Amino acid sequence: MYKYDQYDHDMVQTRVEEFRDQVRRRLSGELTEDQFRPLRLQNGLYLQLHAYMLRVAVPYGTLSSTQMRLLGDIADKYDRGYGHFTTRQNIQYNWIKLEETPDLLAELAGVEMHAIQTSGNCIRNISSDQYAGAAADELIDPRPYAELLRQWSSFHPEFLTLPRKFKIAVIASETDRAAMKLHDIGIKMVRNAAGEIGAQFYVGGGMGRTPMIAPMIREFVPLDQLITYSEACLRVYNRYGRRDNKYKARIKILVHELGKEEYTRQVEEEFQHLLGQGIEPPLAELERIGQYFADPAFETGLSDDLDVSDPDFRLWVEHNTAPHKQAGYIIATVSLKPVGGIPGDATADQIRLMADIARDHSFDELRVTHAQNIVFPHIKKADLYAIWQQLEAAGIGTANLDTIGDIIACPGLDYCSLANARSIPIAQKLSERFVPKQEEIGELKLKISGCINACGHHHAGHIGILGVDRKGKENYQLLLGGSEGADTSLGTITGPGFDEDGIVDAVEKATEVYLNKREDGERFLDTYRRIGMAPFKEAIYG
Amino acid sequence: MKILTGNDLKSGAVTWWTGEGWSLHVNDAADVGEHFADVIAREEAARNVFAAYVIDGERTAEGVRPAHIKDRIRALGPTVRPDLTLKPADPEALNWVI
Repeated sequence: MYKYDQYDHDMVQTRVEEFRDQVRRRLSGELTEDQFRPLRLQNGLYLQLHAYMLRVAVPYGTLSSTQMRLLGDIADKYDRGYGHFTTRQNIQYNWIKLEETPDLLAELAGVEMHAIQTSGNCIRNISSDQYAGAAADELIDPRPYAELLRQWSSFHPEFLTLPRKFKIAVIASETDRAAMKLHDIGIKMVRNAAGEIGAQFYVGGGMGRTPMIAPMIREFVPLDQLITYSEACLRVYNRYGRRDNKYKARIKILVHELGKEEYTRQVEEEFQHLLGQGIEPPLAELERIGQYFADPAFETGLSDDLDVSDPDFRLWVEHNTAPHKQAGYIIATVSLKPVGGIPGDATADQIRLMADIARDHSFDELRVTHAQNIVFPHIKKADLYAIWQQLEAAGIGTANLDTIGDIIACPGLDYCSLANARSIPIAQKLSERFVPKQEEIGELKLKISGCINACGHHHAGHIGILGVDRKGKENYQLLLGGSEGADTSLGTITGPGFDEDGIVDAVEKATEVYLNKREDGERFLDTYRRIGMAPFKEAIYG
Repeated sequence: MKILTGNDLKSGAVTWWTGEGWSLHVNDAADVGEHFADVIAREEAARNVFAAYVIDGERTAEGVRPAHIKDRIRALGPTVRPDLTLKPADPEALNWVI
């Protein structure tokens, strides 16, 4: 994985000391809260419902064991013994003290991490495929391109005050595991007819109150023009994106209002202008970065056999592993969704255990997924059973990836000052209710947001749930038919909302329709797409 | 009644105006009436609190209860982690929040 050079180290350390001085001035009264608020947000420090919350960036979800171990230690030392992995592949701490934040950030800087650009109207953490560099189905490792984009976007002076926040995802597989088309810019690495690798650009996607699927605006951008084309996309947005209304300020609104063709025309015009400016880093820089992502020293000649005579282990292997590109290895995902648990939460001990496993068995690497789980990208099949036993003993050996128990849920009204309703209790009730039916139902992606900002990706759930405030009471709307994969679609609201118990019953009725109507091999989403909303509405509202 | 709430500057903890100072416990909250603007200005200037705002509440036999669920959750802590609330040993504590 990428290692900081001296410039990176200096930049992050300088920022820590700058923030230390800003905190000192705030505590001494030299800065008012109005003056200090943008400064703390630029360093990832929010004020949430109960306390300060710190969001730490995990670039494209990749962590070393050293970094992961420190995240566990921070949970103990500065928080209340746990952290929350987010749908942006980051981690959040919910109980941070302002006066301790500079020391915390200094510890993060020591392992090449920070919280910069995890808030504000700037380019946020670049996200990517959690199986990058390991997946059997990928064209190429997307992380060098994500890293190049990270370096380009970090402290980019022109893009630190955009009309709104800006999110970029990079993938390199036909299977989209990063919700690429629901980003401001989605980049898919592709090979053209001449056999060259390049980037396909999708611009103007997003969730929130106005969900949109990004249209493709360019089929192929050569690698030596990747940054220049990205800059052109951002420049047109920065110039014409709306600043008069924050609800219409995302690039998706600009692309929608201009139309894909006109936005693309303007980007191409800006692109031609920028090509003459020489802003593209030399390809040698991309090659330098790429060396950090070279394959680890995989053993060869390993057996692909896996003893799954333990039925619980077999179930975990069936759900929580994926094929690896190297014979004898496998990708393993740790579900942070134990039955009745809090999606994405992990204790300090669990975090350190995963760090130890990565150090000893996964070439020192872990990945955070946008579904709030953790991946060991390179596990020898021969080691897998012993690893699962360790996870199981620590309460994180649940076999439920991509099932109805693997629920994405935002922190909701239990933690978030923007939320209108609680998300986590709904996830807990659903995961408990559906334990007996999980295997019968099969793949079903259920996502819950506690407000219209859609941090829980409810628009993209096969079943989505949106919490709203209805005259001071929590109310939950049900959506069906969303997807964030290569077949991206947006869910449709079924009808009137439900209370806390009613929404759990409504989900059960929807799954019963699926079980009664499905044809061979159909997932919930397939059946919904074939038969449409009507049978579900009839069953739910009768 | 009108209740004044905010956050402690150093810790970020939710605090409630008692009439004389700030408390972590909503039951200590005083009716601030219509004169909250001066209190907010004075207390924020003294850095005793920040992000202060006024809410509706009710004094019941069991204690002071904020009118809106968001403020009731602020008053107690996350409903999904009773161990982290201000009443971790009280199994009934959540009953007035939801």
